[in-house]
Amino acid sequence: MMVPGLAYLIMNNYLPMFGVIIAFKDINYAKGILGSDWIGFKNFEYLFMTKDALVITRNTILYNGSFIILNTAFAIGVAILLNEVRSKFAARLYQSVILLPFLISMVIVGYLVLSMLSAESGYLNLNLLPMLGIEPISWYFEPKYWPYILTIVQLWKGTGYLCVIFLAAIIGIDNEYYEAATIDGASKWHQIRSITVPLIAPTITIMTLLAIGRIFYSDFGLFYQVPLNSGPLQPVTDVIDTYVYRGLMTLGDIGMSSAAGLYQSVVGFVLVLLSNYIVSKRSKENALF
Amino acid sequence: MKTNDMNQPVVHAIFIVLAALCVIPFLLLFMSSISSESSIVNNGYSFWPKQFSLEAYTYLWSQKLAMFNSYGVTILITVIGTFVGLLISALLAYPLSRQDLPIRGFLSFLVFFTLLFNGGLVPTYLIYTEVFHMKNTLMALIVPGLLTNGFFILLIRTFFANSIPVQIIESAYIDGASEFKIFYRMVLPLSLPILATIGLMLTINYWNDWFNGLVYITEPQLFSIQNLLNRMLSNIQFLQQNNLGGQNMAVNLPMNGVRMAMAVVGILPLILIYPFFQKYFVKGLTIGAVK
Repeated sequence: MMVPGLAYLIMNNYLPMFGVIIAFKDINYAKGILGSDWIGFKNFEYLFMTKDALVITRNTILYNGSFIILNTAFAIGVAILLNEVRSKFAARLYQSVILLPFLISMVIVGYLVLSMLSAESGYLNLNLLPMLGIEPISWYFEPKYWPYILTIVQLWKGTGYLCVIFLAAIIGIDNEYYEAATIDGASKWHQIRSITVPLIAPTITIMTLLAIGRIFYSDFGLFYQVPLNSGPLQPVTDVIDTYVYRGLMTLGDIGMSSAAGLYQSVVGFVLVLLSNYIVSKRSKENALF
Repeated sequence: MKTNDMNQPVVHAIFIVLAALCVIPFLLLFMSSISSESSIVNNGYSFWPKQFSLEAYTYLWSQKLAMFNSYGVTILITVIGTFVGLLISALLAYPLSRQDLPIRGFLSFLVFFTLLFNGGLVPTYLIYTEVFHMKNTLMALIVPGLLTNGFFILLIRTFFANSIPVQIIESAYIDGASEFKIFYRMVLPLSLPILATIGLMLTINYWNDWFNGLVYITEPQLFSIQNLLNRMLSNIQFLQQNNLGGQNMAVNLPMNGVRMAMAVVGILPLILIYPFFQKYFVKGLTIGAVK
């Protein structure tokens, strides 16, 4: 029974793990992967000698770090508010609409952003900014705006998903706590702080842990599709994933690209173990394993 | 009864704003797709174009072969991928859920480890292209997404282990049912909620996938709808280059409008069926959140 699944795992996940040897080789297609010469850590040396390594690491961590904080805070806020909506129908409607962006592929999100920001015909440049008396901006050539744009787009797309998860946790809280608190005269704000948030803390921890474990991986679509792979923006939009992709597909620099990929996998792996260890020290139940 | 309600009008007002923020970009997209090209050129994309026109859609209709082709590719990979993915995930998850499986711990670890560590894009790419020769085949669009790194298997396994009583399986055993029969006749019918959830997630993943197409597919006949959209987004000239608009290069094509019309065509199926599966989808997300 397990044969197809296991065979698949081996092919899709385990064979490539052996493929990491590519990072230590000087790939020569004529000799094949196994026949190519070993060069030790040369690929890594090249990678870390360039400015790229620093830039992509910084971008990856800063973006994902702020995404984790903003997403969590925002999603918890929206989930708490959603739980306050008394009308069943309205609550379901709001939830569906907020979840809508999550369903759309990043390609489409790229189109949506383009319709807002396009230099010749974007809504902002031709309709909104003139109303405010601001000169048009060529968004796709101005790196300084992109950290904000990407963060907003990411929030827009991701909030719905986290919100649903937190809402499920909030609904699971026993109503008696709130009734007792009300009798004791606790304000709404007080109840949220001392009942809701502590009781959904396990869910928050797990979601954050999962996110921290993947802090070295980025949503490739967000960083590739939304800035339209625009060259001038790369200093602020390039993350490890896009760098590896470009190394492989556009530049054909397999050695460097797989070194960057391995760097990402290994650091990601260590981060999962580390964050899980820290959480399990504090409370065993909240840890992943 | 909930006590101490927040001010309802304020809560509603906040959500109306949030909901509007989620919907407005789609509205802009749609309105732009039914604008005449000249009003886009003069006034940009807008919520209320000076001049309505269906020229973008008329143009897309004239390219219906390419459109239908990529729709066909998308539908085909979605159906096959969802079905095969669900089947092998369940087949793998079921034995893992049984306490009496030999080397169960080791096998579970094999699955779990794929969540923690992977070879990265480059080795995966080389395995798929150099060893299995999947470049420019439909397989390349289907195979990489099947189990999505063991995550679904763990979800299904947890469901099997928690919601299917061992007694049922044992009694079926005593009645002489084979393992496959037990799986097919007892386990699967009892697991419809989780199977529906995973199926839905797989469907959405396949429908929205553009990455595998970007990496493994270079032949336009094999483009899924997302890949077609992707090429058009990054390169509007793609239309002309690939014969989607080849015959009248000199004529001013409604390019900006066509772009947006294409996007509408790409989202439409999802938006149309969303209300029907919204309930299950939310349930699925919630199941996915529990470890």
